[in-house]
Amino acid sequence: MRSFAPAEAFPETPTIAERTPHELSDLPSPRRALGAASRAAVALAPLLLSGCAVSYSTLEPVTDFGRAILDVYGAVLWVTIGIFVVVEALLLFALWRFRSRPDDPDVPEQVHGHTLVEIGWTLAPALILFLIAIPTVQTVFRTQAEPPGEDPLEIRVVGNQWWWKFEYLDLGFTTANEMHVPRGRTVRLTLTSDDVIHSFWVPRLGGKRDLNPGSENTLWFTADTTGVYEGHCAELCGTSHANMRLRVFVDEPDVFEAWAEEMASPAEPDSAGFQAFLASGCAACHAIDGTPAQGRMGPNLTRIGDRTTIAAAMLPNTPDEMAAWLRDPDSLKPGVLMPDLELSEERIDLLVRMMEDLR
Amino acid sequence: MEHRTSFGVPHRKMAMWVFIASECMFFGSLIATYLAYEGRSLSGPTPEEILNIPLTSVSTFVLLMSSLSMVLALDAVQRDDRLWAKVWTGGVIFLGGLFLAGQVYEFTHFYHEGLTLEANLFGATFFVLTGFHGAHVTVGVVWMTTLLVMMFRGTLGPDRATDVEVAGLYWHFVDVVWIVIFTLVYLIQ
Amino acid sequence: MSAEATTVDARTGESIYAGGWKSWLTTVDHKRIAVLYGATALIYFVVGGIQALVIRLQLAGPESTLVGADTYNQLFTMHGTTMVFLVLMPLAAAMFNYMIPLMIGARDVAFPRLNAFSFWTFLLGSILLNLSFFFGGAPDAGWFGYANLTSERYSPGMGIDYWMLSLQVLGVASIASAVNFTVTILNMRAPGMTMMRMPLFVWMSLVVQVLILLAFPAITVGLVFLMFDRFFGTHFYIPAAGGTPVLWQHLFWIFGHPEVYILILPSFGIVSDVLPTFSRKPLFGRPFVIFSGIAIGFLGFGVWSHHMFTTGLGPVADTAFAIGTMLIAIPTGVKIFNWIGTLWGGHIRFRTPLLFAVGMVAMFIIGGLSGIMHGSPPVDWQQHDSYFVVAHLHYVFFGGTVLGLFAGVYYWWPKVTGRMLDEGLGKIHFWTSLVGMNLTFFPMHFLGMDGMPRRVYTYAAGTGWADWNLVATIGAFVVGLGTLVFYVAAVKSLRSGEPAPGDPWDGATLEWTMSSPPPEYNFAETPEVHSARPYWLHKYGPTREASTHTMEEGTPPQPDEPPERIHLPSPSWWPLFTAFGFALAAGGALVGLAPVLLGVAILVTGVFLWAFQPLERPGGPVYGPSAASGD
Repeated sequence: MRSFAPAEAFPETPTIAERTPHELSDLPSPRRALGAASRAAVALAPLLLSGCAVSYSTLEPVTDFGRAILDVYGAVLWVTIGIFVVVEALLLFALWRFRSRPDDPDVPEQVHGHTLVEIGWTLAPALILFLIAIPTVQTVFRTQAEPPGEDPLEIRVVGNQWWWKFEYLDLGFTTANEMHVPRGRTVRLTLTSDDVIHSFWVPRLGGKRDLNPGSENTLWFTADTTGVYEGHCAELCGTSHANMRLRVFVDEPDVFEAWAEEMASPAEPDSAGFQAFLASGCAACHAIDGTPAQGRMGPNLTRIGDRTTIAAAMLPNTPDEMAAWLRDPDSLKPGVLMPDLELSEERIDLLVRMMEDLR
Repeated sequence: MEHRTSFGVPHRKMAMWVFIASECMFFGSLIATYLAYEGRSLSGPTPEEILNIPLTSVSTFVLLMSSLSMVLALDAVQRDDRLWAKVWTGGVIFLGGLFLAGQVYEFTHFYHEGLTLEANLFGATFFVLTGFHGAHVTVGVVWMTTLLVMMFRGTLGPDRATDVEVAGLYWHFVDVVWIVIFTLVYLIQ
Repeated sequence: MSAEATTVDARTGESIYAGGWKSWLTTVDHKRIAVLYGATALIYFVVGGIQALVIRLQLAGPESTLVGADTYNQLFTMHGTTMVFLVLMPLAAAMFNYMIPLMIGARDVAFPRLNAFSFWTFLLGSILLNLSFFFGGAPDAGWFGYANLTSERYSPGMGIDYWMLSLQVLGVASIASAVNFTVTILNMRAPGMTMMRMPLFVWMSLVVQVLILLAFPAITVGLVFLMFDRFFGTHFYIPAAGGTPVLWQHLFWIFGHPEVYILILPSFGIVSDVLPTFSRKPLFGRPFVIFSGIAIGFLGFGVWSHHMFTTGLGPVADTAFAIGTMLIAIPTGVKIFNWIGTLWGGHIRFRTPLLFAVGMVAMFIIGGLSGIMHGSPPVDWQQHDSYFVVAHLHYVFFGGTVLGLFAGVYYWWPKVTGRMLDEGLGKIHFWTSLVGMNLTFFPMHFLGMDGMPRRVYTYAAGTGWADWNLVATIGAFVVGLGTLVFYVAAVKSLRSGEPAPGDPWDGATLEWTMSSPPPEYNFAETPEVHSARPYWLHKYGPTREASTHTMEEGTPPQPDEPPERIHLPSPSWWPLFTAFGFALAAGGALVGLAPVLLGVAILVTGVFLWAFQPLERPGGPVYGPSAASGD
């Protein structure tokens, strides 16, 4: 059972997707069975999903964490499908074979049971479950141990009704709703909440974990494929739970470095727009780094022009959507804490232009 | 109604046992919460500052004695000893009342010391746990008083000893719960 | 009750359901109380079903504006709460009430008036919950009501108050009836009806009662803490003051997971009695089926944290609860195999009860297997709170519980009403339900795998979730249509159904030894039992029996007239009065102190009036020789 030995730390193992079929066939057999199963599950998914967009698929992970889960998922999925087929077939066969017929004798033979058979169908499931339990327990411990590697990127994720705050602790800046991480470097998320319980879930990055107010959870992963991955809050957190979405950008390391450098430098907002920002009271809740606006209640807006979405990944970041949002936030996101400030169209125009320029 | 029962136990007696099983989970959950929150209060007063062990030891002794009185009351009813049945039942009521008076004194005292439901987690868990226990004692006292009135009216003879026995089961259970609370809340801090 | 006019006790010539509304308000007859439970549950089934259809309409397409976020959150909260507490539990309670005394050979339950109190408390609690729609807004934090979303600060409206108060009322009703049925089953069995001879439905009912007794206190305590937080300023679930919302999750799921078995075990019992009847064989591996049911109930208390794998309890807790969860799969598998073993070698008659029972087995297998999947924490991290879990739980609750309970409804309907249900309509009901539920819930597996979270009132157009959601919505309406067929069949049966004989299915157990419906006193003569299949043995003798059972003796059908005088408990107002006081005390908390105190006063008065009112009084129901001439 070499393949299950903890020594084979999974971050070093090439992921299923990176392997050629030839490589897969060289794996030791239990691992190969799991690998093949999960590969088949992946292959099956788009079929089952009739070719839908798969940007959220739990079966197409792009991190070590997600792939570790998929290994177990695939194994369990195929075991359960196997049991399903066998048991349902037995049931249907019994129904067909033993249907009552006109020429039946008065009563069938009165069989009360069979102890050996009972022992058999108690032990068989126990054995199958034991086989599922092994990779389960290994993965439970490996994915919740300390992350591998020297220098994980530390990000503190704070849930709020209904948006996400991302604090890049080592890099010294804060952003919201759109997280950037470099490919190939382990990211460690420290998860907590400022109000109610939320749950961080970006399906293609791996499993979800709750953001509990008053305590911290951690979650780590190393992404291996660049791209944009969508996620959402997975714990009912109030009226606009459905509108608490997020995006994670997995960038090439140099792209990430450039982004981080820019994020850490102070913003220089257009002065007319910034005056409108202050005059409208926006600074009570929102911060723009490098300016006197230092509100902490709402999302940090320092580089909002850089983001692809607004309102917790609900709306595309276009001047029109931004203006609509400023006009009446509650109609777009029911229950939102941002008030309708009854801004004049001129002021909205100034604000939108300033924010779109905050890059 | 209770002509023949499969286990030879009157329905009401079995019902009380079954109910007590359920009550164990009720108090178990309350006690587990108290223990889980022990020492997690962000501000005082703390148990060390405020709990008065000598006073509560006396209360505990009083409640233990009430259980003894309960045993003797049942025995007297079964023997059809009308006088002592009333005396011991009265004893249960008196001792139960004394325990409740002690609890009222304790709660008032704590309140003046600044320990309220809102003060901290200790206040919340302490008052809810001991308060629910006190409510159970109160129900017991009312129940026993009802039985005493029946005794004075002469409607409670040895043929209805089960009435007293079932009440006794309840009373002893409430007493045992207190022993657990006293040990976990007061003695092991 | 249209049942009154049509169902006639063959012996007395008068319906056991006859009498005006007063007779229903004061009844202490377990059969009438069962009818009350069943009728209430079937009404709420329509309410919860309509809520489900609106939910499905809202999700039929992306970015729908049919209902808003607030309404949607109320709908799924009330759908869950209604289906669990006001449909599945009371529908099972209706069957416990009607069938347990008949199946063990008893005249009534151990505490007939407590039984009435349980029903009225349940009914008033359910009304209190639903009043929220009209006064103050329905609860909207999910049927699981996770703290601290339910705190005053994040749920300032009255919805959560309604929810926590009515759930406490419903909890008291459940515990009272659980005490009652536990004592009834343990203590009121007919001579010779040993524990191991009890029908499986009675056995599983017993396990359910024990689960209710031990599980409900946990949620009661959780709700008490919530009540103190909201009303009296404590901080049990408030992180800012050192409390932890995770405490609620523990208390809720210590209740919540056994609750799953509270909902499914009655169906297991029904199926275990229906399959043998319609395959004309004894239950295969009877002791194994019994003990696996006990094992499920027992293990059910050790797995609550598998609902909390994403809470962040750490690898040790994850492992322990994962293994516990997998262990439960073993006795569950044993049951399924024994059911197949029961069909094996039988002469299977495809009547409606059998179809529902087999459908239950087939669908529960799917729910059970998907349950094994998220019993593995890593898999659960992906599936938790996604539509995969919605699929899973509906295969368990609709495929398992609802189909199983309908097997029971079709099986015992003739016994209860004295009328047969239409077989043709029954089969239409079954097939539309089966097709509809798979159309509704199977695609949810794909939605969950494709990352769709639960409890969202809307989703974006680009997510790729629209197609399967539309399929699910169509399926939901198919289920709705099938259910409608049942209500039509029920009305038709009550109006003009073919009269049912005492033993329409060639049954094996005691309830078939008497007329349909049974006389008010159930058994004219206390039956003597020598076998787990007393009536079968009477009809067929020990022929073709496996060797060890040849010495058993059957129990004959009941005589037409009781040979001795039978006194039954007299009707009483006090259970209703007392329940009203209790519900008023709870509901009054929404308004102020005065109604609470009034409610408590009524409650205490009711208890005393009840305690000092003899169970059997002059003028009460009397049957038997010279009963007619009066006492």
